[in-house]
Amino acid sequence: MLHLLLFLVFGALCIGGAINLLAQKHPISSALSLIVVMGALAGEYLLLGAEFVAVIQVIIYAGAVMVLFIFVIMLLNAGVEEHTRGSRVAWLLGIPGMIAVGLMVAWVLARNPAGISVPLGALYGSPKVIGRLLFREFLLPFEVTSILILIAIMGAVVLASPEHRRFPQPEPEEERELVAAGDRRGA
Amino acid sequence: MGIGTYIIVSLVKIVVALVVLLTAVAYIVLLERKLVGRIQNRWGPTRVGPFGLLQPLADGAKFLLKEDLTPPYVYKPLYLAAPMIALVFALTSIAVIPIGNWVSVGPVNTPLQITDLNVGLLILLGITSMGVYGVALAGWSSNSKYSLLGSLRASAQMVSYEVSLGLALIGVLILAGSFSLRDIVDSQAGTWWRWLPKWNLFKGQFVAFFIYLTAAYAETNRVPFDLPEAETELVAGYHTEYSAMKFAMFFMAEYANMVTVACLASLLFLGGWHGPVFGPNWLREVLPIFWFVVRVFFFIFLYIWVRGTLPRFRYDQLMAFGWKVLLPLAIANLVITAVVVALRS
Repeated sequence: MLHLLLFLVFGALCIGGAINLLAQKHPISSALSLIVVMGALAGEYLLLGAEFVAVIQVIIYAGAVMVLFIFVIMLLNAGVEEHTRGSRVAWLLGIPGMIAVGLMVAWVLARNPAGISVPLGALYGSPKVIGRLLFREFLLPFEVTSILILIAIMGAVVLASPEHRRFPQPEPEEERELVAAGDRRGA
Repeated sequence: MGIGTYIIVSLVKIVVALVVLLTAVAYIVLLERKLVGRIQNRWGPTRVGPFGLLQPLADGAKFLLKEDLTPPYVYKPLYLAAPMIALVFALTSIAVIPIGNWVSVGPVNTPLQITDLNVGLLILLGITSMGVYGVALAGWSSNSKYSLLGSLRASAQMVSYEVSLGLALIGVLILAGSFSLRDIVDSQAGTWWRWLPKWNLFKGQFVAFFIYLTAAYAETNRVPFDLPEAETELVAGYHTEYSAMKFAMFFMAEYANMVTVACLASLLFLGGWHGPVFGPNWLREVLPIFWFVVRVFFFIFLYIWVRGTLPRFRYDQLMAFGWKVLLPLAIANLVITAVVVALRS
């Protein structure tokens, strides 16, 4: 009973945050709504019994990735969005399409004979179990992911380095020779 | 214990913890002023009450009665919310910190901790990560160059030192085998040769202890890492445009973070509440709390002592130190601890 109540509260926070994210005009309010969504998701993970994933969600998503988003919004001074008047495509195709997809998903879920709810605490998520999985069955994907992140870091370092390190300019004597060679060829 | 009793006991624990924490924060401010004064060869506050002991009362009255100014061009929703965010996350971390063993008051048997989660240490790291928001949003919403620069510097510093903080704690985790704070303290019970206590500090986490302390000083923006708040640099950093109660909330959040760091250091490295226990039954239940408070007081004293003694780092020195010195040290500590534990088992 209490668990159903908690599930509904976290679910409402999630959906409310997501709708608020779309409805807000200032990007920083949208970013803060996204943080609320991630916190509510962490609550849902807790209800499923995956406590490690829940806390990691807070630490990494809400505590590091979203901080990065907020820095970008702060530093780029992204202002209030302007409101357009809406598009005809959205009215003709978008909203009926969304209703159709929603009904299809509901129908598929409803005719599932095994029931659609997962029991409380179904996901076995103690840190010990996750650690074993990460370092035994999923060792290769784990290491490959770290190389992926390393590539991203190297790309960021290259993009942020000053121009004269990326495109080396010739020395003044070489430049005079190049210009002279060009003149000789042209003349 | 039925659900009703559980809720009432939890509420009582929450109220007691909050009252004790906020009073402690107020008196730590007084302690800092007195101690820094003595280090600088002057008395601190001495006029309000005997030895200045009622000074926090005067400070509280001042903050409540001061004019609460909102500058005209701030982004109001975040300007008003940022101090609350900072204070809420600073106070939430008291929920997982244990201060003693189980006690029985009448028919109720309860641990001296609001909740004993089995991922308690991770929750504390998560709350530390979320604490960056109070600083970042305060500086940006204040619409002032000092605030923005101060908050960007402070957030970058906090994010950088969080990495070394977490890595330094993994050594302790490997030794204890659990994320639960109570289990980590219980693994430090007992003594070797009847006199050397089995603290994690002596079990090989000496370097990790100093890495943790240094990273924690940087996380809480205290000297020698307090450039984002230094008056000579940035007026007052991210809380330049705040007055009265909102400023008091930032102040309380900073000192509450200090208390959390002190509690964690005593739990993880200094054995928590273990100490000589003797005497009648009621004394046996109170003495662990006393030992814990002694350790926490020692760390707060250390914070204030360092503040009165050391000059501050320049910002580029600060960031270079965090990434080029502390991080490799923390990783080395982790690798060595892991290798030693693996070879031993």
